Amino acid sequence: MTQLALVIDLNVCVGCHACVTSCKQWNTSGSAGALEDFNPYGKDPNGTFFNRVQTYEVGEFPSTQTVHFPKSCLHCEDPPCVPVCPTGASYKRAEDGIVLVDYDKCIGCSYCSWACPYGARELDEERKVMTKCTLCVDRIYDEDIPKAQRKPSCVIACPSNARLFGDIHDPESVVSKAINERAGYQIMPEWGTQPSNHYLPRRKSEITIHPEDLERVDNPLKIDGQQPHYPTHMSTREDHST
Amino acid sequence: MKPAFSVIFLTTLIGAGQGLFLALFGADLWAPPSARADLSALLVHGSALSLLLCAAGLIASFFHLGHPERAWRAAAMWRTSWLSREVIALPLFMATVAAYGLLHYVEAGSTQASHALGWVGVALCLTLFVCTAMVYASIRFLQEWASPLTLLNYLLLGCASGLTLATAVAAVQLQALQTPYALAALVLTFAGLLNRVASLARNARLVPKSTLQSAIGIKHPRIVQKAQGFMGGSFNTRAFFHGKGLRWVAGVKWFFLMFAFPVPMLLLAVGLSTDSGASLWAAFVLQYAGLLAERWFFFAQARHPQNLYYQAAS
Repeated sequence: MTQLALVIDLNVCVGCHACVTSCKQWNTSGSAGALEDFNPYGKDPNGTFFNRVQTYEVGEFPSTQTVHFPKSCLHCEDPPCVPVCPTGASYKRAEDGIVLVDYDKCIGCSYCSWACPYGARELDEERKVMTKCTLCVDRIYDEDIPKAQRKPSCVIACPSNARLFGDIHDPESVVSKAINERAGYQIMPEWGTQPSNHYLPRRKSEITIHPEDLERVDNPLKIDGQQPHYPTHMSTREDHST
Repeated sequence: MKPAFSVIFLTTLIGAGQGLFLALFGADLWAPPSARADLSALLVHGSALSLLLCAAGLIASFFHLGHPERAWRAAAMWRTSWLSREVIALPLFMATVAAYGLLHYVEAGSTQASHALGWVGVALCLTLFVCTAMVYASIRFLQEWASPLTLLNYLLLGCASGLTLATAVAAVQLQALQTPYALAALVLTFAGLLNRVASLARNARLVPKSTLQSAIGIKHPRIVQKAQGFMGGSFNTRAFFHGKGLRWVAGVKWFFLMFAFPVPMLLLAVGLSTDSGASLWAAFVLQYAGLLAERWFFFAQARHPQNLYYQAAS
């Protein structure tokens, strides 16, 4: 059984919001209709987004870390939003585990958004239906797109490669390996929703610098104190180099 | 949670309608022979009133929907969704009340037919109470709601307001039933008060299971949000918080603790002792106002874990 998901590396996310804007661009241009934009250039810009990047400060000054935290639907393996839907508009696909909303069946009652502890769903105020991340289902299977680009829009946009995409049920996939090797974790595990999206934790970056890395130990000057002879009438390697 | 007025009206109106129907059928079953003669008129008018309340609630609920024209689809997922079950139970209950009222209006049926229909109505009425309450109680991470007290609260307050209304109706229609109805209303209102105080005490001691630490998965005691990803607000900042100050919320709590319980109880007692219909009607109107406040508070008190992600904007 396939369970497609994102794995987000908090260690390299720089909080640039490229995933947010590319997500909006792709999903507002699809056949499902434009995502609401209210006052986009005005005082309180407002609208529907499937993906947001939040920023947290962890620790006490001066030992603080800034953590950028991208947040979208986690495509839970046991999604609490699906069974509460009275119309069946919210569903989880059996073939790849993507949680989707059928916009033609949704009555806009918002009950599924109450039943999502992550706040991953947003009611589109213009279309009056519940919307959420589709994992770019209209892109990842599109054979008109070059194979390398058949990934969610946010994954392709990420400049620091903080977003990985794949099947977390396949132990050989890049996402499973990242989760296993780099302690990928789920958020709010206390509710038993088993989110498919995982996060990779921050890591301490340490390098060891030995004295000989900074100073050449076999420097002839260190041996006998003799200055080297510079050839004065010959062309040197540098003279031919450019 | 942000109190949704359509849902507040839905739950309070159908609760009163359901309670009123239970009161009517109770009279149908157990009314003393002295009250039997005019019982039929009370049952007809009462059923009509119960139906009216439920219809008003149903209409109010449509204002909650983004696409009310698709509301019929909501009956589809009754296997998993309490909301879907409620959507089915409400019209069935209304149809039964209508049939029950009609039966007494045309005076065609036998007592057995009336009782059989009445018991069907009781079963649907209780089912509807359970469905309505479970819509809220079944969301496990809204810890304030996820409790059997929620179920009892909807049942008791619906029955209490329905019995208070039945007392007021009896004051106009059939005075012989005024006292038994008022006594039942007093008992149910008092039971409702005990249950509501119990749920307030429970909720005051609740420790949220989710924290900012579990929300972003970073185990540091000091995490401060610096940006939520936007500045102008979103569905997440609009739909899950009531937007009022603590004093307002406390004010609503004391308002409903007074007007949903002791004030109508006092008015019922006064109405009984002075035989004043106005006082009995005032009891219902004020109790209903109190229940609107109770439902507002019920929503406002529930802390949705998603709010952990929306603590600061910049």
